[in-house]
Amino acid sequence: MATLLAPEDFSPGEDAMALNKAFKGWGTDEKAIIWILGHRNADQRKQIRLAYQQIYLEDLIKKLKSELSGDFKRAVCHWILDPVEREAVLAYEAIIKNYRTDYRVILETAFTKSAEELLTVKRSYQFLYKSSLEEDVASHTAGDMRKFLVAVVSVYRYEGEEIKEGVAHSEANILGDEIQGGRGGGGGGALKGAEEIIRILSTRSRPQLLATFNYYKQIHGISITKSLDGNPADEFSEALRAAIQCIKNPKRYLQKVVRNSINRVGTGEDALSRVIVTHAEKDLKEMKDVYLQKNGRSLDDAVASETAGNYKAFLLTLLGNQDYF
Amino acid sequence: MDPPNDFEALAKAISGFGVDEDSMILILGKWHPEQLGSFRKRTPQFFLEDERLFERLDDNQIAYFTKEFLRFKNAVVQWTMHPWERDARLAHEAVTKGPQAYGLLIEIACTRSSEELLGARKAYQSLFNQSIEDVASRIQCIERKLLVALVSSFRYEGAQVNDSTARSEARTLGVAIKMSNKKNLIEDDNIVRMLTIRSRLHLKAMVKFYKEIHGRDISEDLESVMSLKETIQCLCNPQTYFSKVLIDALKDDADDDMKEALTRVIVTRNNVDMKEIIEEFDKQYGVPLSRKIEEVALGNYKDFLVSLIDRIKEKPIEIPIM
Repeated sequence: MATLLAPEDFSPGEDAMALNKAFKGWGTDEKAIIWILGHRNADQRKQIRLAYQQIYLEDLIKKLKSELSGDFKRAVCHWILDPVEREAVLAYEAIIKNYRTDYRVILETAFTKSAEELLTVKRSYQFLYKSSLEEDVASHTAGDMRKFLVAVVSVYRYEGEEIKEGVAHSEANILGDEIQGGRGGGGGGALKGAEEIIRILSTRSRPQLLATFNYYKQIHGISITKSLDGNPADEFSEALRAAIQCIKNPKRYLQKVVRNSINRVGTGEDALSRVIVTHAEKDLKEMKDVYLQKNGRSLDDAVASETAGNYKAFLLTLLGNQDYF
Repeated sequence: MDPPNDFEALAKAISGFGVDEDSMILILGKWHPEQLGSFRKRTPQFFLEDERLFERLDDNQIAYFTKEFLRFKNAVVQWTMHPWERDARLAHEAVTKGPQAYGLLIEIACTRSSEELLGARKAYQSLFNQSIEDVASRIQCIERKLLVALVSSFRYEGAQVNDSTARSEARTLGVAIKMSNKKNLIEDDNIVRMLTIRSRLHLKAMVKFYKEIHGRDISEDLESVMSLKETIQCLCNPQTYFSKVLIDALKDDADDDMKEALTRVIVTRNNVDMKEIIEEFDKQYGVPLSRKIEEVALGNYKDFLVSLIDRIKEKPIEIPIM
């Protein structure tokens, strides 16, 4: 369920004018921006953008980019976008932004969506950036990571419920061979190979994969994610682990991404706003429940204590809070 | 009519692509058992002399007749089918037939637009309850990497091409080709990646730069690896590819699979680039496609194919509102 609170009736024209008023003068009235945009759903935001363009002959996004700054700016400028567009933009930023592609974003794109949703993101990407997501991922990654990421964004995954038990069993063995073959049963060393892991993770349906992971644990006595646990510097293994966790339980995986971001563990400080912004209209409520369960405090409390200023106010608004201004 | 002419005419009516239904009705419809007997004795290509003193129809012949009688039905069904289902069924046929049919997978993956290929993948799931990527990834052959990546592709189809990237990829490709063992080219990650994710325009630019930089056509350098050569040709020059498939289908020594291509190409390309294929065919082989079809095809099958080709040449007609 969504955490976003948006009113039934609204006037895009009035909102556009209120936003324009917020930009005028010396500073920017960030509170007004949060109050308006933080309470509008995708359709409403689209209408506001249109109204703003019509009235002021200016692109609202451009205006926001020039008036705001920092984490707050990034969050609002992502939020204002239409959801599909946003995913494409996030993927693009993850690929080209730093020296290294933030593979976690690509994995989220590939594994937290249905096959059709992934397709709409790819189309939007092509429209925005005049090249395919596959090409850009490939040009900015290398080796096994590249093969893996390209494969998982290319697949049009079958979404039926059928499971072939025999196949799950044999593939659990194949996976075990590639993962543990070079390691002698524990964690640490390099994988023996990557071909089969990539093939299986990038072509099998989700139910089929879950069955395979179950057999893996039965056969090898250790869960597949644990057996991939090891050298955090081995990015590819980390990516495989992340992908598998995401396949097993997307909400729990995303909750962990958020927690790591809050605790500044690893890279991806923007993961916090990314996850909140992309899920506020979808299923952030369920994610909040998982977060509370796993961490003993609510996500709202965590955000309140670990972030500050307008950024904090905006995130809390998206999380469904009304009363802290 | 002179009986010997009837015998020849009937033999002719069942010796080609499809069958001449009208002649068969005309001739067979009036024959008595004696004439049928004479026919059987005079056509050793169809009837064998059995040791128990009767003329027996060869089993292969029966299979042949079945195929030829069905050619019209297959053409009609293929034509009527949704293009997605058509391609999905062709793809399924290709993966189940084995290595000699993988060229068909390459043809489908490379000559369909991104959205059409996507549609075929959707239809495949509806028809066979699994994804084509899944099935292809379990093919045991050296072309596997290439085939899986080709059927998974969703290429950018816009006009933008980064010339400097295309140029540097042409250079890299040349080096990869030169340094590799010919057999391993098809498993080379760089080559597979470039051919399976780049847009068609980008690949055309790359082919052009390849010639500039290395002085040779990339198809020449990939001559020994049929699948790679076909991939490039399908992506950059489908009309040439399809003309060749057509002429091969019409040759005397064409096998069953090659002959089926006649229907497939005319049906699947009809609303795409049939006009260009017809022109290319004429240019390459010096004879209009429609004339060649008139020569080798028979009956309803022939009439159907010819009408499919003629509609390309005619001005667009008013589509009646149904």
